[in-house]
Amino acid sequence: MTQNFDIPEIRTPENLVYKKTSVLTDNVLHYCPGCGHGTTHRLIAEVIEEMGIQSEVIGVAPVGCSVLAYNYFDIDMQEAAHGRAPALATAIKRVYPEKFVFTYQGDGDLAAIGTNETLHACNRGENITIIFINNAIYGMTGGQMAPTTLPGMLTSTSPYGRDVQMMGNPLKITELLALLPGTYYVTRQAVHTAALVRRAKKAIRMAFENQKLNRGVSFVEVVSNCNSGWKLTPLQANKWLEENMLPFYPLGDLKVNGELVKKSE
Amino acid sequence: MKELMLMKGNEAFAEAAIRVGADAYFGYPITPQSEVMEYLMAEKPYERTGMVVLQSESELGAINMVYGAAACGKRALTSSSSPGISLMQEGISYIAGSELPCLILNVVRGGPGLGTIQPSQSDYFQATKGGGHGDYRLIVLAPSSVQEMFDFVSLGFELAFKYRNPVMMLSDGVIGQMMEKVELSEQQPRLTNQQIDELYPWATTGKKPGKDRRIITSLELDPSKQEKHNLKLQEKYRKIEASEVRYETLQCEDAEYLLVAFGSSARICQKAMDLGRAKGIKVGLLRPITLYPFPYAIVEQLSNQVKGILVVELNAGQMIEDVRIGSHDRIKVKHYGRFGGMIPSPVEVLDALEKQIIGD
Ligand SMILES: Cc1ncc(C[n+]2csc(CCOP(=O)(O)OP(=O)(O)O)c2C)c(N)n1
Repeated sequence: MTQNFDIPEIRTPENLVYKKTSVLTDNVLHYCPGCGHGTTHRLIAEVIEEMGIQSEVIGVAPVGCSVLAYNYFDIDMQEAAHGRAPALATAIKRVYPEKFVFTYQGDGDLAAIGTNETLHACNRGENITIIFINNAIYGMTGGQMAPTTLPGMLTSTSPYGRDVQMMGNPLKITELLALLPGTYYVTRQAVHTAALVRRAKKAIRMAFENQKLNRGVSFVEVVSNCNSGWKLTPLQANKWLEENMLPFYPLGDLKVNGELVKKSE
Repeated sequence: MKELMLMKGNEAFAEAAIRVGADAYFGYPITPQSEVMEYLMAEKPYERTGMVVLQSESELGAINMVYGAAACGKRALTSSSSPGISLMQEGISYIAGSELPCLILNVVRGGPGLGTIQPSQSDYFQATKGGGHGDYRLIVLAPSSVQEMFDFVSLGFELAFKYRNPVMMLSDGVIGQMMEKVELSEQQPRLTNQQIDELYPWATTGKKPGKDRRIITSLELDPSKQEKHNLKLQEKYRKIEASEVRYETLQCEDAEYLLVAFGSSARICQKAMDLGRAKGIKVGLLRPITLYPFPYAIVEQLSNQVKGILVVELNAGQMIEDVRIGSHDRIKVKHYGRFGGMIPSPVEVLDALEKQIIGD
């Protein structure tokens, strides 16, 4: 059924302030509304477009909610086994040193099952970019405890809250990686407000630009929500993130140009 | 001019990797194959040919590095021994599922567990029946000399790229460690990035403007599509079974008894056969060179001729299952094996043939 509404054409060049980057495909994202994965995908794609490196990039997708990342990025990509993305990226960069290589990984992928691959790729100083989505939970498998789950936090495998005596402590892997000589740029960002999105994009841009310098790993943590896993609405999840995640995982640069950033306080 | 060298099996494998123009080796030390990476590091292939050599953090790291390089269309290889190959199984399954070509050397030692550093053939099941999860197959080559440790690198890569399938060389501590004369082949150039782009339309090399992006994955959530993918793999394996069977027969023309053995066991059996012949026993030797695809047809054919078969392995009886399938159990098929790192003498093998097959 067609109906004729009298709508003025507003999609004129002077009105066009935003359009989808061509580095994202038209496939519909499977992420939950409000999830940080989608926003971070967009930022990476925009950076690739703005740098004009679409034909020079090879990405590595993890196992986790972003297992299908290759459906959304219009670039060559490889799917890694759970946690192994940094090993793949190591090899890709070494056989194609002139390409831009990045991994995209969740906290379970990067900081639990793949800690060894992550730590050693960072310590060897592989000239790659790692984007790390920290939502403090195993999103894909239905909300189990992650290595980054906060003390006391409810998950399906810590239903009474994370008891650190019994279940161990959350792993601040980003702080750990910043101490390694092989990391060149280490930063913690978030994407739940417009201002933070703009800041995160700058960080991601820097993390890709750094590959031209050949100085080691550029590592961007994105503290993200998981409204489904946290059993909150998107808005509640963002508020919970502000109130609980950010005090434990404070935003900002940890290492810039190979130098640890001194805390101002 | 022939170029001859006296080398260990492990060194021959490493030299062959450089000479066939391999692009990348990733590995983690383990006895009895550590000479592979030691030789490579000493030879500086990154200067000789531009080949990458990297000591990884684990075999898990190594096999996933092989995955990453192979998915770029590069000739990637790794080597390890039994416990390390067990650790690689996840990656091998992903490589098979994603249909990537690569070469994996297993210089087998005795198990289970940490076992021993002495030679064994107890990883036959793991190599030929699929050691990781899912319905997949490796092409498995069994070298029985240092020369074959060299030659099968070229053959292995050829088959790996022909079928987009991982190839395993199933060797053992005897073949890896012993020294023999090797005839070396000439240095082949590594493929250029442009050649890779032209030859391998599946390889992730960076999306070309106006062309579709390339994705390397083994994931397909839709079961009907995953079944189709599996059927495609099975079709490939049937093609491999039809075209790639390799074996060697020695003195089988008039044989009344047959020894079947691969790798180092075949070397021992060759001597046992000579001893038997000197005693007037008409014994022949069948040496499977491809363990997958297994040479069932020749086993069947010889089963119509000989009175009995002795399968000799450095394990508790693994390949014997395939020999029995080939012989349809029409004649007596027995196993003789030493394991845990023990190696039988030719006299012991001949004894076993006389007692288990000829005697009753
Ligand atoms: C070897 C292996 N173990 C377990 C799994 C199951 N698994 C899939 S995703 C996942 C957790 C993913 O969590 P995370 O990395 O935090 O990413 P998120 O889904 O939260 O984005 C697990 C345990 C698997 N696929 N492979």
